[in-house]
Amino acid sequence: MGAALLLIRAAGPASGRSLGLPGPLLHGILLGAALAAFAWILARRVAVLRKGAADPRLDRIAERLRNLLVIGFGQSRQPRYPVAGILHILIFAGFLVLLLRSLTLLGEGFVAGFALPGLGGPAGEVYAAIKDWTALVVLACCAAAAWRRLVVRPARYHDRFAVRSHGGEAYVILGLIATLMVADAVYEGSALAAAGERTWGLPLASAAARALDGLSPGLLRRAGTAAFWLHNLALCFFGCYLPVSKHFHVLSALPNVFLAKLPPHGRIKPPRHGTKPGAAAEEIGVRRLADFTWKHLLDFFSCTDCGRCSDVCPAYATGTPLSPRMISIKCRDEAYAANPVFGRPPAGERPALVGAIVTDAELWACTTCRACEDVCPVTIEYVDKIVDMRRHLVDEGRVPATMQKALASIEKRGNPYGKLGKKRGEWVADATGAECGVRVLARGGAADLCYFTDSATAYDPRLQAIGRAFGRLLATAGADCGTLGPDEVDSGHEARRVGEEGLFEVLRERNTAALGERPVGRIVTNDPHAMNALAHDYEGLETPVAHHSEVLAELLAAGRLTPGAIADGRTYTFHDPCYLGRHNGVYDAPRQVLAAIPGLRMVEMAAARNRSFCCGGGSLYLFHEGEAERRMGEVRLDMAAAAGAQVVVTACPFCLINFEDAIKTTGRAETMEVIDLAELLLRAVTNGKEEPRPA
Amino acid sequence: MDIIVCIKRVPNLAEAEIEIAKDGRRLVADDLDWDVNEWDDFAIEAAVRLKEAHGGTVTAITVGDEEAEEALRRALAMGADAAIHVRDELLAGADPWLTAVALQRAIHGHPFDLVLCGAIASDGASGHVGGMLAALLGVPCVALATGLEVRGRTALVRHEVEGGLEREVEMALPGLVTAQSGLNEPRYVSIRGIRKVADMEIAVKTAADLGLAGKAMECRVRLEGLSLPPAGKGAEILGGDVDTAVATLVARLHEKGGL
Repeated sequence: MGAALLLIRAAGPASGRSLGLPGPLLHGILLGAALAAFAWILARRVAVLRKGAADPRLDRIAERLRNLLVIGFGQSRQPRYPVAGILHILIFAGFLVLLLRSLTLLGEGFVAGFALPGLGGPAGEVYAAIKDWTALVVLACCAAAAWRRLVVRPARYHDRFAVRSHGGEAYVILGLIATLMVADAVYEGSALAAAGERTWGLPLASAAARALDGLSPGLLRRAGTAAFWLHNLALCFFGCYLPVSKHFHVLSALPNVFLAKLPPHGRIKPPRHGTKPGAAAEEIGVRRLADFTWKHLLDFFSCTDCGRCSDVCPAYATGTPLSPRMISIKCRDEAYAANPVFGRPPAGERPALVGAIVTDAELWACTTCRACEDVCPVTIEYVDKIVDMRRHLVDEGRVPATMQKALASIEKRGNPYGKLGKKRGEWVADATGAECGVRVLARGGAADLCYFTDSATAYDPRLQAIGRAFGRLLATAGADCGTLGPDEVDSGHEARRVGEEGLFEVLRERNTAALGERPVGRIVTNDPHAMNALAHDYEGLETPVAHHSEVLAELLAAGRLTPGAIADGRTYTFHDPCYLGRHNGVYDAPRQVLAAIPGLRMVEMAAARNRSFCCGGGSLYLFHEGEAERRMGEVRLDMAAAAGAQVVVTACPFCLINFEDAIKTTGRAETMEVIDLAELLLRAVTNGKEEPRPA
Repeated sequence: MDIIVCIKRVPNLAEAEIEIAKDGRRLVADDLDWDVNEWDDFAIEAAVRLKEAHGGTVTAITVGDEEAEEALRRALAMGADAAIHVRDELLAGADPWLTAVALQRAIHGHPFDLVLCGAIASDGASGHVGGMLAALLGVPCVALATGLEVRGRTALVRHEVEGGLEREVEMALPGLVTAQSGLNEPRYVSIRGIRKVADMEIAVKTAADLGLAGKAMECRVRLEGLSLPPAGKGAEILGGDVDTAVATLVARLHEKGGL
């Protein structure tokens, strides 16, 4: 293919007159008006962000750039939904390629035969071919995307709580993109047809030329000019339409990814950025839209309504009132309604954001499992927002009665069960009085490891067995381990996450003081929630924190524990606890422990590692009884059964409780077992001589 | 409307290791934790909701030792506007009558439309104070309320009567209502909420301030002694599968006249 064929110089409007005006003048008016409208709309949107609360997001630039490259330009989260994901990747990549062409066409409005710097010569020919093939692919993708929405209709596009659909906007955008592709093809095709040329280098333009064949040179010229104007009009409209539709993400997604919350994901934002913890604020939490941080408002703008968050949300899957997608959509609808682009804000009071637009029941349904955040292609945050809104509910006293009692018990006795604080260390000995090897540390008592049990393992008779199993393993390995006993109080992990910040602060102070009175090398806990709180919520606590799966993996690697074989003919699977995996990225340690047990037959569930499905939530969530069709634990057991497992191994006391309940409620007592990682390892190390478990 | 709420701070005996002091008349308080009497929570919540709906003020009153201030702070955090703490060594061990007298004296001089009390306190469990206080104040009383609405100068009260029945009555205000569970779901009181009212002034009244002396200070009920109930013979767990266990249970209930 020769240069003459690829570098088409279609008859641009710059050399002629349109609507009685010189082409460049008319084009200048169009572009000027479009830019002015775009700037106005954008300024109105930015004004909404400026009302938001402070939120520092310009630290750790290298990590942010990496996110921008991998999640933003690399579209790394798209392939999890293969069809839609690949379509999106192709359209996005096409967009980047076609951006240069759009700029060129804007230039052609002023200068006939305009070329971007560097694209005038051979590079321009190569680009022209790439561009035309890309346009063909994008056009095909648009058709496929429209087909999916119209005919295939994936469930996730139709949220059961959607009040008014934004799906129509998708067709506007797909139509606009297609219009851009087709108009450019006709524009170029008219020139090809006039020259009587066809080339495989320019498939789309050649196709257009074939369609235009037979028209007189005059008509071809007019068709080309009309197509040019259509393209640039559509482009200008497209730009202005983005910030008023759900397709704002075309502009805001990349900044949103750059500004994303960085690890540790499990750290909850403080009630107000830039204020000292414990400072007496008149109000905390989010009551109205402007109480969100500016970044959280930008999240709302960036939501593409794709529904992935709700598709993976265990609360949505089990029929609770929560759909995380609707939190973004409803808050954005409210932000736009209260701050219209044109005209004055509507008169009268807006409905309450928390209570009317987002209901109390929605907020209480969240277990903060973070599946939604992990899947969101544009890194929208949900947990911090939900906790912020709950902080307001707690301030108002709007807490479900079931949780109130547990919170009051934590306040009075340091645990949600209302058990006596002085009995907190009694778990170290079993019913026969046999001690497990972990000793209760008096003040000043030193130990290599300090075992922080948290309330559940300390008091729940079933879970105490996990504590003792772990203790026996440590003793077998010759590790030196103590525990705070009566001086430990609840970690406050869930108290903080239900929004009771004041109570969390009291608990943090007490535990920090108790830990400070005992020289210990490292804190270890079997409860991922406690680990998360101690590692991320306890600012100022310097002692490193590990999960029992990590310590057990270390002891195995060092050869200090030698497990015997477990070949009982059953198939085992590991359930990743949310706060171990998604919040803290610990996926391998528990699997290393399982791999060290000879003969153990393992299978992975389809939803493993970061795709794990929440068991139903821990601590205060054991007391919560919200509206739901099914229990999350039951759904998760179905997944384990589908993978062919008879034993679910987990590494979180709450997962264990929820699954044991679900085994009973689904009538699986004879066919399924759930066991903690430490209990299973003890079974292997002692060749089955573990402590009998309470029924 | 102006509302007075009478509250009491009581020990939380659930799961607690209860030990009776050597004199046989008190509990050993070392390991006990305390909170507002649960029934009083319903009364405070009802008062605050009425204030929110109709305007006016809520004043919380307690008769108790220094620590009882905690209960008043809680009421303030729930939305009470003022608190009166009747506090005097001489009132320690007051019986329901003396408590009612002290409350009536403390209320004197505070015009009110409604007085709300918990129907019963979880520690003494006499359920006397509300009725006695109404008599002393010379106002009508409805006990064990599960519903409360105010229309003008009338209170519509749903309350429990014998035989598991409920009855709705109209009561002219001013009057007194005692609250029980079912009346409402009390709001949560956060640690921040308590902190916010930490500096609010609470009026303290001694027996002398209330003109209580001599014969007026006499109790009418004297506590003879406390004892723990004797331990039972334990529970029986019905064995077998669910159907067998249910059949046994039904048979057993028939046998004992439960069905």
